[in-house]
Amino acid sequence: MSEKPKLAMYWGAACGGCEISVLNIHEHILTVDEIFDIAFFPCIADFKVHHVESYDDGYIDVCLFNGAIRNSENEEMAHLLRKKSKVLVAFGSCAYEGCIPALSNLTSKEATFNTVYGENASLDNPDGIVPLTEVDVAEGTLTLPEFYHTVKSLDQVVDVDYYLPGCPPESHQIWAVLQVVVAGLLEGAPLPPAGSVVGVTNVAVCEECDRVKNEKNIEKFYRPYQIIPDPEQCLLEQGIVCMGLATNGGCGALCPQVGMGCRGCYGPLPGVEDQGAKMLSAVASVIGAGEVGMEEAELEEKIQAVVDTIADPAGTFYRFSMAHSMLQRAKVNGSNGKGEA
Amino acid sequence: MSEKNYPEGGERVGVYICHCGTNIAKVVDVEDVATWAGEQPNVAVSREYKFMCSSLGQDLIEEDIKEKGLTKIVVASCSPHMHEKTFRTACERGGLNPFMFEMANIREHDSWTTDDEVAATLKAKALTNAAIERVVHHQPLEQLPVEINPNTLVVGGGIAGISAALELADGGHHVYLVEREPSIGGHMAQLDKTFPTLDCSACILTPKMVDVDQHPNITLLTWSAVEKVDGYLGNFTINVRKKARYVNEEHCTGCGICIEKCPFKVVDDIFEAGLGERKVIYRPFPQAVPKYPVIDKENCAYFLRGKCKACQIFCPTEPNSIDFEQEDEILTFDVGNIILATGFDLFDVKQIPQYGYGRLANVFTSLEFERMVNAAGPTDGKIVLRDMESSPKSVAIVHCVGSRDENYHSYCSKVCCMYSLKFAHLVHERIPDADVYNCYIDMRTPGKGYEEFYNRLLEEETHFIRGKVAEVTDAARTPEEEGKLIVQVEDTLIGRQRRVPVDMVILSPAMEAKPDSKEVSQLFKMGCDFDGFFVERHPKLDPVATMTEGVYIAGACQGPKDVPDSVAQGAATAARVAGLINLGTVMMEPVRATISQDDCSGCKICNNMCPYNAIIFHEDRKVSEVITALCQGCGTCVAACPSGVISGAHFTNDQLFSQIEGILWDVRPEKVPA
Repeated sequence: MSEKPKLAMYWGAACGGCEISVLNIHEHILTVDEIFDIAFFPCIADFKVHHVESYDDGYIDVCLFNGAIRNSENEEMAHLLRKKSKVLVAFGSCAYEGCIPALSNLTSKEATFNTVYGENASLDNPDGIVPLTEVDVAEGTLTLPEFYHTVKSLDQVVDVDYYLPGCPPESHQIWAVLQVVVAGLLEGAPLPPAGSVVGVTNVAVCEECDRVKNEKNIEKFYRPYQIIPDPEQCLLEQGIVCMGLATNGGCGALCPQVGMGCRGCYGPLPGVEDQGAKMLSAVASVIGAGEVGMEEAELEEKIQAVVDTIADPAGTFYRFSMAHSMLQRAKVNGSNGKGEA
Repeated sequence: MSEKNYPEGGERVGVYICHCGTNIAKVVDVEDVATWAGEQPNVAVSREYKFMCSSLGQDLIEEDIKEKGLTKIVVASCSPHMHEKTFRTACERGGLNPFMFEMANIREHDSWTTDDEVAATLKAKALTNAAIERVVHHQPLEQLPVEINPNTLVVGGGIAGISAALELADGGHHVYLVEREPSIGGHMAQLDKTFPTLDCSACILTPKMVDVDQHPNITLLTWSAVEKVDGYLGNFTINVRKKARYVNEEHCTGCGICIEKCPFKVVDDIFEAGLGERKVIYRPFPQAVPKYPVIDKENCAYFLRGKCKACQIFCPTEPNSIDFEQEDEILTFDVGNIILATGFDLFDVKQIPQYGYGRLANVFTSLEFERMVNAAGPTDGKIVLRDMESSPKSVAIVHCVGSRDENYHSYCSKVCCMYSLKFAHLVHERIPDADVYNCYIDMRTPGKGYEEFYNRLLEEETHFIRGKVAEVTDAARTPEEEGKLIVQVEDTLIGRQRRVPVDMVILSPAMEAKPDSKEVSQLFKMGCDFDGFFVERHPKLDPVATMTEGVYIAGACQGPKDVPDSVAQGAATAARVAGLINLGTVMMEPVRATISQDDCSGCKICNNMCPYNAIIFHEDRKVSEVITALCQGCGTCVAACPSGVISGAHFTNDQLFSQIEGILWDVRPEKVPA
């Protein structure tokens, strides 16, 4: 074995975009290849789990773990890679805070199965067959990982050293973080303190957004297809929910600058416990309804009418952060309301 | 008492559970709470004591801080409104920063709400634990010194405002007195006699008005309204719109020739309550202060048709005092404190159509009657029917019109019983053989000499009918009812319905808040209640202060009140303000918001939501900043900031979340479930 540091990348409940974003760091990928030995990276190289199991603990120097913890396989791999890695990075929004998969925390496992395997226009499943963890067939017993009720972020199952947010993280940020890690590994340069969110500016996206910001007074919210926004003005002021104000910067404000409200994938700012609640609180503060001196009841009605124009508030404000938020999940059936797996 | 040793450098919290005599201890097991609290993390000392607020109780805290090296203090007792300051001072004496203290309210929020000892003890533990977990995160804070501008704004020139202004001015402090109408005097100037002494209202009021006019320390701005209020205690900036009078105050001598020569008259709905007329250039009443008349632009022939100018032609001053070109002026000045004495309105009796006002000619309002009995009024003091000639032989006075009535105002207007008795007396005095009926729900005469006045009326043989009037009608059922107003009322003392035929009915309407009181309260950034009356800081112990520092309230704008109460409140506000002026500098709570200048993205969510206009935006750096002195620590911006870069001192996320965790100590999950 060479003396090069070892790099791993693995996916939990993910779309594969994070892997692509790593490959998308252009010519730097050659530098990565030069510096690191790949120890595990199912997307691009043929490794098996038993290879990882055979490594000594801490053999992998840096493991980029993307994807949320959706099932028992994700969790098992998270534990395994934690054990085998010196530095474990929650890479991308799913590993950091649950992301799109965690929106299913708004419902139950049964309801998710029903949508995927049951009542769905593109399905024909008259027998109502759903995946089981064990099934006996003629050849023996087949097993599948257990599908959990609740999607979790990586740090809800194992200790995480760094968080690199984004859906997916921007390539220039990935490269910047890798450079810091390499400098640490090869030259003994100081690494950021454990638990840091890296590859971010720690100032809201608005700072990177060129749109002109004014005081806000929103009388109606629009979905992006309902309006052609003014190209110069802050999108939120125009009624498009833009999460930029509540979202950590570092992406370069790509979305708002092309007329699409920031989705919030870079997660909350330092010190904010709940990105969705923060945004909700901000939006609630700038709803322009009613007039001075109006009766409470009438005012409430007017405000409600404006609020009703926000489509899918939970999915909008918690699009990326549901698992990691204070809400974590909606109450379902279970006696403790946590809908345990 | 329990005591533990903690490692050096860690927090050492002292917890004190107060019995409050039996107020807390009769329901809460204070010994149990104290023992339990002693077992909680970071708690070094835990005690219970009969009265923590006593000097012995305070000494306990002081000594424990010194002897046991406590770093944080929790007292579980009453509301912080009562004794937060007491215990903060005790901490200070012990050598701790006063903000290293947290209070748990186990009296108002706990023992007073229930007889269930188990539940109350459990809740006391939760509240105490919340305070313990919060106080660990407390940071030392320093109070902010604020200089007090010695000038004061008084809004409203009725008797309350006059009283406040004169008290301050006599004490050597400058006052800006702003009045919306052309003259000061308010409602009291419209009254004939005041109860119970039957003093001539004008005779006791006008000397005070003259004092205001001539006082070197009072800048009197009538026919003016406050448009904008910026700033904070000690440093307010006020914009006042001084409406055009079309009379030059520098040249006018107040001779009144213009009024005499003006050829046009209109009904005076305001001062004469619609009972009399006034000229189009007018003074509301002869003793008006200031003496300068005002042109009623909406009815002036010159302004309407470009002709007339009689007033200008006959004005004897040189140069001429009539100035048709005059425009509204905006005056800006700085004051340290504000006293609001904006008064009241009378309930519109037309809202109760069954009482017939406006439909039945000889139904009058109390204000109409006041003007009628006033020697300087439209009838020279003669009590007459609507034909302005014949005197009534019988009069019914209806109490509680719009008061004590859940359809209108559920509150008692406090003064109506007394002025209704005064009316009865005045009718007896002016028309000795007239029958007078007072229809009342309850006779309310609490006040010095008030009950005696009621007794006097009983002796004057007024007919008292205890019952709420159902209807006033002119539909006669019997020959003796023909041509009369019939008052239909249940006499609850004899238990039967009565129909009382009379010539004249006087309605005694409720006192209600000014229709624009909500706007006014928003202008001055303080509260008004559902009835529109301004809200005092504490109903008993701080009745003239408001929740906004530097803004005080006096008189009927705070709730129905008679003249002596209004005068007393006016003087009370003046005393409060004078105290602050004499201090020169006051220390303000350091509970303020700050925006981290490095972390603000300049998204501009917060800029227009500060009720105190304390947030400014730096265009050059594209960040917002809170002006500490303007901030009142309300927390609106802290909650709204989507980036979490605004923090509220003494209300940080750490402090609040720990408090919530602490209060939920018995239900919080051990670990996040799968």
